[in-house]
Amino acid sequence: MKIAVCLNHVPDTASKISVGQDNQSIDTSGVTFVVNPYDEFAVEEALKTKEKVGGDTVVISLGNDNNKESIKKALAMGVDNAVLLKTNEIYDSLSVAKILANEIKTQNAEIVFFGKQSVDYDNGAVGQMCAELLGYNSVSVVVGLEINGNKVRAEREIEGGREIVETELPVVITTQKGLNEPRYASLKGIMAAKKKIIDEKIPENCSNYTETISMKKPPAKQPGRIIGTDATAVPELIRLLKEEVKVI
Amino acid sequence: MNEFAFTEEQNMLRSMVRDFVDNEIKPIAAKIDTEEKIPENLIKKLGELGLLGVSFPEEYGGGGFGEVGYCIMQEEIARGCMSTATFIGAHQSIGANVIYLGGNEEQKQKYLVPLAKGEKIAAFCLTEAQAGSDSFNLKTRAHPDGDEWVINGEKLWITNGGIADIVSVFARTEKGITAFIVETDRPGFSAGPPEKKMGIKGSTTNPITFDNVRIPKENMVGQEGRGFILAMKTLDAGRLGLGAACLGASKELLELSTRYAKQRKQFDTTIANFQAIQFMLSEMASLIYAMESMVYRTAVDYDLKKDISHQSAIVKLFCSESLDKIADYAVQIHGGMGYSRELPIERFYRDSRINRIFEGTNEIQKGIIARYVLKKNGKL
Ligand SMILES: Cc1cc2nc3c(=O)[nH]c(=O)nc-3n(C[C@H](O)[C@H](O)[C@H](O)COP(=O)(O)OP(=O)(O)OC[C@H]3O[C@@H](n4cnc5c(N)ncnc54)[C@H](O)[C@@H]3O)c2cc1C
Repeated sequence: MKIAVCLNHVPDTASKISVGQDNQSIDTSGVTFVVNPYDEFAVEEALKTKEKVGGDTVVISLGNDNNKESIKKALAMGVDNAVLLKTNEIYDSLSVAKILANEIKTQNAEIVFFGKQSVDYDNGAVGQMCAELLGYNSVSVVVGLEINGNKVRAEREIEGGREIVETELPVVITTQKGLNEPRYASLKGIMAAKKKIIDEKIPENCSNYTETISMKKPPAKQPGRIIGTDATAVPELIRLLKEEVKVI
Repeated sequence: MNEFAFTEEQNMLRSMVRDFVDNEIKPIAAKIDTEEKIPENLIKKLGELGLLGVSFPEEYGGGGFGEVGYCIMQEEIARGCMSTATFIGAHQSIGANVIYLGGNEEQKQKYLVPLAKGEKIAAFCLTEAQAGSDSFNLKTRAHPDGDEWVINGEKLWITNGGIADIVSVFARTEKGITAFIVETDRPGFSAGPPEKKMGIKGSTTNPITFDNVRIPKENMVGQEGRGFILAMKTLDAGRLGLGAACLGASKELLELSTRYAKQRKQFDTTIANFQAIQFMLSEMASLIYAMESMVYRTAVDYDLKKDISHQSAIVKLFCSESLDKIADYAVQIHGGMGYSRELPIERFYRDSRINRIFEGTNEIQKGIIARYVLKKNGKL
């Protein structure tokens, strides 16, 4: 069984993001990049699945040499092999999905894990698109997973509750916080990662289906207002909520 | 001169330990202090990640990261909790290190491997009531009896004494001070109640009694009568690692102090705008820069198997004095909040003080450094 996990290298959510001079991309100078947080759940689930059903794990990442840092982290956590689809282009969701689907096909992976979304562009679309392109089943925003032979039983997070879905392999799973606790890379893993080779491939050129026209920061938050510190402020608070912000 | 830079694996080690400390240690550091105990579960996790043997070669169950890796780890651990750093130091850098530096292959396989894997915990037993700075004056005795050594005596101030499975003990035989490996479940071994301390309260410090403790002949480490040299060599590593822990705590304090200074407003402006505060921050930063430079310069030399006795004495002296100054400034910058148990600053302030005392007081370090300077006629 081949288990693939797709991994993105994204700005740390703690870093301050500013829009670049071209108004179409973010200014990456001084920004630290990390493994996309949701992809950590995907890596962990790939490792747990391998521990249960056996097989081989491969991490696939699309991006430039910088992505190697995140790939190495996945290897240090215990993933067996790695592919870097090397490019400096910035692709939209469908293009990314096409390139990744191609590689997943080459790898012959039957179980594929994605984070439910990347925290950079936040489209939350690549996993499902990949499934469609590959003709695989797909369950998204998964918080519980059992794979038995060909059978897949997944719990999904939905508004106010949980939905239980059954399907079959091959499958694409997109992972949500709560599915598992990602392990730390162990010292053994770090040393082993050093010896593993990242297979670098140049992906076929793809043209984007969408065009980014411009990016801008959300308007600065209005400073808070204190209208009182005890019960006498309540009528005024209600008035403001009704008349000014119109939420009640 | 080459670039001052860490390898990729070293950076990965740091980021892994930092994640671990942020998630698993910082949230419970105050509890470790008030309950005066490092949870067993935390010790187990440290062992599973390989952190209790990070410095030792892989063939002995270690991480293969050498002294540089050890210093990186201790820096990060101390950012969260100096009690935990002390526990690790006594276990790895001195307790187990006696066996690594002085033991034969059989001893390493039998004792070092489970210690490096964190399956067992070590302690280092040198100090006695009458043998503190003057550790050469130790009175614990070992005498041969058939195929065994019989050990009698009392040790004092032994970090991990109450929780260790294996201890390295220095005792006097006919030929002089000799090192031994003692399993703590042997009859006649007992650890007394933990000392009540000012700081590093989570790290247990106990008196230990050896009452006719019998160990097999093969548990002697190195040659008979050569134990004191081994103890001093082991402390070279211990002092360096202590410097790394001081460095980590200092970095944490500078970050916390800077953040606070930029938030706290007085006289309609943040206190970071006052030159008095800025000067404290700059002094802290300068000390940290020097500490970091000397810790890793010395660690690299240690890994190259150079004799670093006087260098690690300098590291120990400078880093422990610097941390105390930095902790003091951190309290000052935080004002009343620096004195409050609500923030970790006062804990760092209490925890930092021990570093000028253990692993040889700073006066003793000055003695080591002075002997070297005099021998070299002042030419370093
Ligand atoms: C929390 C804690 C943990 C410890 N853990 C361990 C451990 O795991 N294993 C272990 O073996 N020991 C351990 N120790 C012992 C520690 O190493 C000793 O406390 C230390 O070496 C100082 O010895 P002392 O306390 O007897 O002080 P003393 O030697 O009595 O010193 C008192 C003062 O006199 C000064 N002084 C002494 N001799 C000289 C001199 N020649 N010139 C100038 N000044 C001098 C000292 O610097 C100090 O200021 C620990 C101690 C503490 C407090």
